Amino acid sequence: MSYPAPIDPNAIWRRRLYGLGVAAVLLCWLLPLVAIMLTAIRANEDLMLGNYWGWPSSFDLVENYRAVFTGTPILRFLVNSFIITLPSVLFVLVLSTLAGFALSRYRFRGSTLILGLFIAGNFIPPQILMIPVRNLMTALGLYDTFWALIIFHTAFQTGFATMFMRAFIAQLPSELFEAARVDGATPLQMLSMIVTPLVRPALAALGVLTFTFVWNEYFWALILVQSDQVKPVTLGLATLKGQYITAWNLVSAATIFVALPPVLLFFLMQKHFVAGLTVGAVKG
Amino acid sequence: MTAAGNEHGRRAREIALPSGAGSQATFGPWRPGSDFLTSLALLAPAAILFTVVIIIPILQSMWISLHDWDGLGEPRWVGLANYVELFGDPQFYVSLRNNLIWLAVFLLAPPLGLALAMLINQPLRWMGIAKSLFFVPLVLAPVTVGVVFTWFYDPAFGLLAPIARAFGTTAPAILSDPSLVTWGIVVAAIWPQTALCMILYLAGLTNVDEDLIGAGRIDGAHGFSLFRHVVLPQLRGATFIAFAVSVVGALRSFDLIAVMTQGGPFGSSSVLAYQMYEQSIFSYRLGYGAAIAVVLFLIVAVFIAWYLRRVLGEEARN
Repeated sequence: MSYPAPIDPNAIWRRRLYGLGVAAVLLCWLLPLVAIMLTAIRANEDLMLGNYWGWPSSFDLVENYRAVFTGTPILRFLVNSFIITLPSVLFVLVLSTLAGFALSRYRFRGSTLILGLFIAGNFIPPQILMIPVRNLMTALGLYDTFWALIIFHTAFQTGFATMFMRAFIAQLPSELFEAARVDGATPLQMLSMIVTPLVRPALAALGVLTFTFVWNEYFWALILVQSDQVKPVTLGLATLKGQYITAWNLVSAATIFVALPPVLLFFLMQKHFVAGLTVGAVKG
Repeated sequence: MTAAGNEHGRRAREIALPSGAGSQATFGPWRPGSDFLTSLALLAPAAILFTVVIIIPILQSMWISLHDWDGLGEPRWVGLANYVELFGDPQFYVSLRNNLIWLAVFLLAPPLGLALAMLINQPLRWMGIAKSLFFVPLVLAPVTVGVVFTWFYDPAFGLLAPIARAFGTTAPAILSDPSLVTWGIVVAAIWPQTALCMILYLAGLTNVDEDLIGAGRIDGAHGFSLFRHVVLPQLRGATFIAFAVSVVGALRSFDLIAVMTQGGPFGSSSVLAYQMYEQSIFSYRLGYGAAIAVVLFLIVAVFIAWYLRRVLGEEARN
């Protein structure tokens, strides 16, 4: 019997009532989003008149998006976000698989310290890195380039990812590795023949999570880039909000557009996302 | 472990902690020779990058905080002067107080998340879709949440205005009222944070031991006593992570403040992270900014030490 106790399957009206209750809570929960979707289809005159919930005076969704796409570089920002996020995710997955394998399969003096540093790295406030990292990227000639963000995100996410991969690889049956060792396999052969095929679910979970973290990131974009050719959507949206001021129908349309990629990815990969996020939450 | 965070996103990350199956799975002490070299080589790219981009900058920030520096000229050694100035700066206490407000409100996210998780942990039709929809705030960028709520609070064009009118009153201009502004931002921030805690508790709930629940019911435990003495202890893992990510999320809050108010009006919604950014970027006081960052870092470090003790201690026991 799970908890809370399931509602009696035969109590049809109780079940329906419960379902209605949940739907009501859900509607309140998503109210800000519902409102912003409704706003994105309105003309600005409706907002001026305070018509938020009534029938729109005209359906301007297409016009609103046309205004956003032609009046702002938001499509460019979207492409930038992909250019920043995809390589970061790839690098994080590769580095953390290598490091996670080393940390889970070889005990050496200092391995706990390294693990501790990786874990601690996730928690630090980014401001403690801000000035030196900005100077470093400037010195390398990478300020205001995609590489500044790709390198930083890769480094920052690798701590969390390594911890994640280490825990996953440590749970693989040790007989596999012992058998391989008896057969004279080198660590690199174990990595390619045992680890790589078996960690795919972990990589999927980690990939979705890392994508979402990097895609949604704002602070480092603010610190490391400034030109429209490099800005990711998060920074672009913040700029746009300042530009449009009271044209909330356009801001709403842009907001929905910016939110779509992570939301779509989440719906496509929900299992992996949740599995990745809740590692460790399931132990008593 | 940073899972979650967006703030949550970001936040979302603080989440996962190593659940090490630990020592019996390893080969034991490595043998000197090629295995050792290989493991070093595997670790090297991650370790070098982490050292250069994370560890060394922390030390550099501490060093910079002992200087007066505009970012262009030569840094001038001032010892602890930046810290002395900071502890006499009224804005520092405003920021610190706001961080405490964030922290206090964020501690509500785990219980709220648990309540929602219990509400939707029912095998009804459509509940799968409902769950997915409850998760949505978590995958939104903090910037998105900030923009949505800025509009929500807008006294002329926002959603709050007609709601207030329906109750026969006018909506306060929350984001321009120094006594309300931080609360307004925190309410926006707790939305995705609660979603994160809810996911953690849902995972915990699907893993509670059904036999124990059944036994508890047979022993006469029901209602709150069943929850308190049988269920809650089994959710310890989820509770630990939910509180950990909420504390860190509150202390690191930045994005929503930057998007919604830029710390205003008159610094009244600033927090340490934002004050640091403002001093460094807008006032060109990099030494002073670094000092603020170091203070924030030390506050978080106390928490990190507690967290590591628990996580690594568990690891060692396995």
